Amino acid sequence: MERTLKNVFVKGPISSAFIGNSIAKHQSKTTIGAHNIFLGQVRADVINEKTVTAIDYSAYEDMANEKFHEIREDAFKKFNLTCMHIYHSSGRVNVGEICLFVFVSSPRRKEVFKALEYIVERIKVDVPVFGKEIFEDTSHQWKTNT
Amino acid sequence: MELTIKYFGMISELTSCEEEKILFEQTTISELLKDLFKKYPDLKNKDFRIAQDRKLVSLDSLISGQELALLPPFAGG
Repeated sequence: MERTLKNVFVKGPISSAFIGNSIAKHQSKTTIGAHNIFLGQVRADVINEKTVTAIDYSAYEDMANEKFHEIREDAFKKFNLTCMHIYHSSGRVNVGEICLFVFVSSPRRKEVFKALEYIVERIKVDVPVFGKEIFEDTSHQWKTNT
Repeated sequence: MELTIKYFGMISELTSCEEEKILFEQTTISELLKDLFKKYPDLKNKDFRIAQDRKLVSLDSLISGQELALLPPFAGG
């Protein structure tokens, strides 16, 4: 089944209310027996004695949404998933706040464990998102995924 | 021919703009980059990849698209 291109980006942090609502929406989908959720949280890294206070995310959004779509299609082919949702922040996200929310659901648990790791690793490598790490003194550096 | 070049992250700090339109006569991306290096000498020291019409391409690729993007290391998630 071909799925339409979605906009994955949300402005600012992803709230726990938004995440809770997403879970609640799935109660009507009763073929699902297992959900798995990944939440990326902004970490207060200390770099050269300066502490990160926030990350300002930007992206090549057109290409990023295409890449998210590819990852979604590949995951549906590889794993027996009922549904999948991906949200990524754009703009400023403070430390302790959520910047990535990946939510997969399947009839069975084994599929969601494998699928979630696959999706998150692909996002880290393939999607053109850039992160400006902002320090307490308002100086900054650019984050690189390792 | 006219081409839009988009700059992201640390690259856009260096170019002081997020996109520009250029007229070009070059045929490959590496030839076009030589001109960009003249305009922005510090670009030579930066780590970036190039997307043409939203797909990653190698430096010896022919310029055939409408839009190039210079992409520094990814940091999603």
